[in-house]
Amino acid sequence: MTPVQLEVFLQTLIAGLLLGGLYALIGLGMTLIMGVMKIINLAHGELMMVAMYIAYWMFVLFHIDPYLSVFIATPVLFLLGAAIQKFLINPMLKVESILPENQVILTVGIGMVLANLATLFFKSDYRSTPVDYATSAFYLSDFWKASPIELSLSLPWAVSFIFAVGITIALWFFLARTDTGKSIRATAQDTDAALLMGVNVKMMRVVTFGIGSGLVGAAGCLFLPIYYLFPSLGGQFTLIAFVITILGGLGSTVGAIIGGLILGVFESMTATYIGMGWAPVGRFVVFVACLIFLPGGVASLLKKKRFGK
Amino acid sequence: MTQESAKVQKSKVKSQKSIPPYPTLIILAILAVLPLTGLSSYMMHIFILVIMWAVIGMAWNLLGGYCGQVSFGHAAYFGVGAYTAGILYSKLGLSPWWGIPLSIIVVALFSFVLGFIVLRLRGPFFALATLASGEVMRVTAENLQPLTGGTLGILVQERTWIVKTWYYYVILAIAAGTFFLVKKLIESKLGYYFVAIREDQDAAESLGINTTLYKTLALCISGVLTGIAGAFYTNYMGYIDPHVAFALHDISIITIMIVMVGGVATFWGPFAGAVIMVLLAEYIRSMPGLGAAHQTLFGILLIVIIIFLPNGIVGDFPKLKRLLGLRSASQ
Repeated sequence: MTPVQLEVFLQTLIAGLLLGGLYALIGLGMTLIMGVMKIINLAHGELMMVAMYIAYWMFVLFHIDPYLSVFIATPVLFLLGAAIQKFLINPMLKVESILPENQVILTVGIGMVLANLATLFFKSDYRSTPVDYATSAFYLSDFWKASPIELSLSLPWAVSFIFAVGITIALWFFLARTDTGKSIRATAQDTDAALLMGVNVKMMRVVTFGIGSGLVGAAGCLFLPIYYLFPSLGGQFTLIAFVITILGGLGSTVGAIIGGLILGVFESMTATYIGMGWAPVGRFVVFVACLIFLPGGVASLLKKKRFGK
Repeated sequence: MTQESAKVQKSKVKSQKSIPPYPTLIILAILAVLPLTGLSSYMMHIFILVIMWAVIGMAWNLLGGYCGQVSFGHAAYFGVGAYTAGILYSKLGLSPWWGIPLSIIVVALFSFVLGFIVLRLRGPFFALATLASGEVMRVTAENLQPLTGGTLGILVQERTWIVKTWYYYVILAIAAGTFFLVKKLIESKLGYYFVAIREDQDAAESLGINTTLYKTLALCISGVLTGIAGAFYTNYMGYIDPHVAFALHDISIITIMIVMVGGVATFWGPFAGAVIMVLLAEYIRSMPGLGAAHQTLFGILLIVIIIFLPNGIVGDFPKLKRLLGLRSASQ
């Protein structure tokens, strides 16, 4: 490898890991919902879009930095997610129907409503937040003068990544240490047993959907300084979240983090070495390869007890 | 078995009655003489759309309703069929009409390969894998510029007919073929195999049903019928691009909505759904200043239907009557 090739490779790797950190956050929300409720939330990306619009308007109207909006959009999204679970999905569970996938189709309907309401209110324009640090970056040569290769680290990407890691750690503490977290894990492992142990399963479902939505909402705020925003962006992120969930092993939180990093690196490698437009195809390749060669996802390699099943 | 699931069982069995052939024939006869009454070009357009969507709905219902494999990616088959016709015209200079017979072969091969990948998944995971496959086909069509013309799409300049009547008869013939094929299938042993797979795949397997074979068969037939509709679409509209032919919301989701609204696993469901959805879409479109509103309304309609009429208008017809107060609640 010549120095230039090495530089390109390392730069791509860094970009991929940073992207992967954010992807992991999106995947975590979905895997949590999937693990506890065994349903797939196809409105996941749309919830992220809602959070991005909240952060965007906070910035435009009140000049609140998107990173601070994490603390505004996450609770809002928590309430929105909890309301969706309480008023739409919970009643749905009682309804008799031929296809069990009705729940999935229901979330598609919710996603459609969210995406099109956004189009209705905000038009389908592409928007971005003009934060002043958007183009600032750290360079390797700033720290190491004699460096043979040059690498850069974009400031917003780095900050987003650090935030994502922080939120992930906070989630881990919540699930491992608090009573609510333990109840959620109990519900995921065995709903009936949890019910017998006095866990309010219905409430836990509402809380879990809220947390899942809050997580993806936080991810949306972190994406805003580095990505552009338009009403129909949800769909692609729903797919990304889903691929990560499969890649990580269904319902596994650790798997989702590793899955997110793998997907981020793979995608940025595809973009560098094959072409920008092919990234979604690369995603599907990862997905199919995982289904065929590693049906249990990364979690089955970790040989850890799965988070739910 | 709980009381609730017993009720579900009953409603499922009901949908397996054999379908009397006369209503189909009468409806086809009425539809066949319809253009003679001198309808406007716009009305013909609506009828063509309704019949095309009924075909796609029936195709989806065969796989999703009867076989229980809920596909979110029927745009993949629709688009492959549409592009078969389009590429024949743009690359080989053949009439796009050849796309209809040829799409049978192309889409059959395509759905066989895709089925090999996605059919190993169950339930919601199958649904999501199909969703991804539709999106991947869209991106592929966008990126394979030399073959598909990329995002610019393919414009079929030699329109065969100006008058809509002949297009109407073509799609009516396709629909008639589809209706009788689907009717034959669901009344045959194969149809019962499909339902057995939907109800309990493991039990079906243990009874000696080769579930992989029948699921693949259902997917291929469903895909091919959708692909034929796609090839027709290219001929009728004269223009396709990846966003039109592989549209997630405008094809895949609308297909599901048509079947959900009409009635999953009912023979007449897709007709009813197609009529309602196309008319609703056209009505909302005719009102000024409601651009994105129709998708919003569709979304709300989907949510309402799933919660209140989970088996669709045809499947839950007695319940619907009761809700509308047409029949006393005791019945």
